[in-house]
Amino acid sequence: MVNKPPAPEQSKEQGPSQDADQEPLLQIRAVIKKFGDFTAVNDVNLDIHKGELFCLLGGSGCGKTTLLRMLAGFEAPSSGKIIIDGKDMSDVPPYERPTNMMFQNYALFPHMSVEKNISFGLQQDGFSKSEISDRIDDILRLVELRDYKKRRPQQLSGGQRQRVALARALVKEPKLLLLDEPLGALDKKLREQTQFELMNIQDKVGVTFVVVTHDQEEAMTLSTRIAVMDKGKFVQIGTPTEIYEFPENRFIADFIGSANIFEGKVIETSVNHLRIKTEIGDFDVEHNIEVSKGSHVYIGLRPEKIHLSKQAPEKKTENQTLGVIDDIGYLGNTSRYKVRLESGRIIDVTAPNQVRPKNRTHHITWEDNVYIHWDASSSMLLNK
Amino acid sequence: MHGERSRFLSIMLFVGFTFLYVPIILLIIYSFNYSKLVPVWGGWSTRWYGVLFESPDVWDAVLLSLKIAVVNATFATILGTLAGLAMVRFGRFRGRTLFGGMLVAPLVMPEVITGLSLLVFFISLKQLFGWPTERGFTTITIAHITFSLAYVAVIIQARLTGMGNNLEEAAADLGAKPFKVMTKITIPMLAPGLLSGWLLAFTLSLDDLVIASFVTGPGSNTLPILIFSRIRLGLRPDINALATIIILFVAVLVAIAAVILFRQQKRDLLDQKMARMPEV
Repeated sequence: MVNKPPAPEQSKEQGPSQDADQEPLLQIRAVIKKFGDFTAVNDVNLDIHKGELFCLLGGSGCGKTTLLRMLAGFEAPSSGKIIIDGKDMSDVPPYERPTNMMFQNYALFPHMSVEKNISFGLQQDGFSKSEISDRIDDILRLVELRDYKKRRPQQLSGGQRQRVALARALVKEPKLLLLDEPLGALDKKLREQTQFELMNIQDKVGVTFVVVTHDQEEAMTLSTRIAVMDKGKFVQIGTPTEIYEFPENRFIADFIGSANIFEGKVIETSVNHLRIKTEIGDFDVEHNIEVSKGSHVYIGLRPEKIHLSKQAPEKKTENQTLGVIDDIGYLGNTSRYKVRLESGRIIDVTAPNQVRPKNRTHHITWEDNVYIHWDASSSMLLNK
Repeated sequence: MHGERSRFLSIMLFVGFTFLYVPIILLIIYSFNYSKLVPVWGGWSTRWYGVLFESPDVWDAVLLSLKIAVVNATFATILGTLAGLAMVRFGRFRGRTLFGGMLVAPLVMPEVITGLSLLVFFISLKQLFGWPTERGFTTITIAHITFSLAYVAVIIQARLTGMGNNLEEAAADLGAKPFKVMTKITIPMLAPGLLSGWLLAFTLSLDDLVIASFVTGPGSNTLPILIFSRIRLGLRPDINALATIIILFVAVLVAIAAVILFRQQKRDLLDQKMARMPEV
């Protein structure tokens, strides 16, 4: 691990408790899952604390869904242990686990009304009729579907089905709510709106959520912590800010957001700065860990952290170079520039369009000569 | 060019339907023929329907056929469903492919072979255990179950595969024990498959002549056996009447099925419309 957040004491204002003395709600210990020769989950360890909204993020086939299914009890680990609330879950079948799952396609029972779908779980636990109907009323108020009790799932829109599925899983007040791509089936606008709804609901009920998603934006907005998975392993676990601003390696830097990555060699070290020789020149990188002179490193640079201008920057900084605009992607709120450097290397730069152009053409355009520069603190040191 | 093609198509359609339905229409018309000789027209009459209603052997055959069909359909549905469940839900087990292949083999096996093998089987059973003492209702029913269950298993397998495990997993996740999952989720979800499986097994049994002729014994005539044995002695107007009644019966069933299907489609459309309505 090369890059550590500068402040070791990360005070989270509203984040869930992560006291070392409190036992984690969920403990995953050396869990391996094999399907024949294929290892879907490869020796994974994880603690999740009460009240967290934890995201398992990764591409398809990275093992995130398999891990979630092991938590629910649909798959048994090939080896390792899953402990929920201090109890080993190895021999506990799905119907006795203190977890509930919201399925990717919602898995609502099509032959039952909304009300019956939600009461199904409560009936299994032997609640009285009046208790069941009270709980249904409460949960339907929470998801704002009180007028839809008698409808069948087929008579609901995608967003409504999603909320019924959430209500059905939440009504049993599980210790751990597992959500498999909870917003995957919704269109973009609805998804953005539902993200915040989901966060509000989690805040209200205080249940610990474990969300599986392949959508990094979803993971960033929703979660208190993210585990990025690849090939059955966790690549990095951290808060959204940690993952984005302090990625440990090239995979994370490139998977979450985008980054210009340069290979380099440390040519000078000082107390908190490194001078690194790269293909596009020598640059300063701020750091807070020991890296020896001569070692081989990678640096990552987020496109939005690079300043772009036609005039030379007033303050002469060390991290500065010249280039030509090769291409522009106009996105409305921002523009994405491809800047070709002398060496031929193309650098991605994103800049907000803060000024409305007067004559329908922007200030910076194709084939313009531009200066790019960035803060020494903006470069991310990556370890592989 | 386009016009020519559509003219060609409408002619083909007409020819096709003529080919399919003219014989049936002729049969119906001749069932109302007064003459005792089928090909000779003797004027309109319902005489042969009267004759039919007064022949007890016809009614015995109808009753026997229905009895066999109902018992067959019921057992075939139960056994076929279990086989389908085993194939789809038990995951991979040793010999799954072989078992799957053997399960559908009766679908392609020539009926004559099936019939013959079952006859040999019943005869050896009788020699070894003294049962079945005589061939008839029991042997025909058993024979029908053996091939009908293959059809049911295929239908159930398709339905189960289409359903996926999701709903059952969701039920288990909500705290339902395996038996509850079966009764509350799997079986209700399978219902359409069970119904169509039952109906198919019922129809296959009513339809079967070849296998039944192999395994039947003296005095046990199913309807197809009765019709076929009478026709062998020449065309008979009362059999035409019987055939017409069967056609009517089938037509009514098909019409009912069509109405149910139509209502279902209408309901689905309404559901979709409801789903698109803005929230209040």
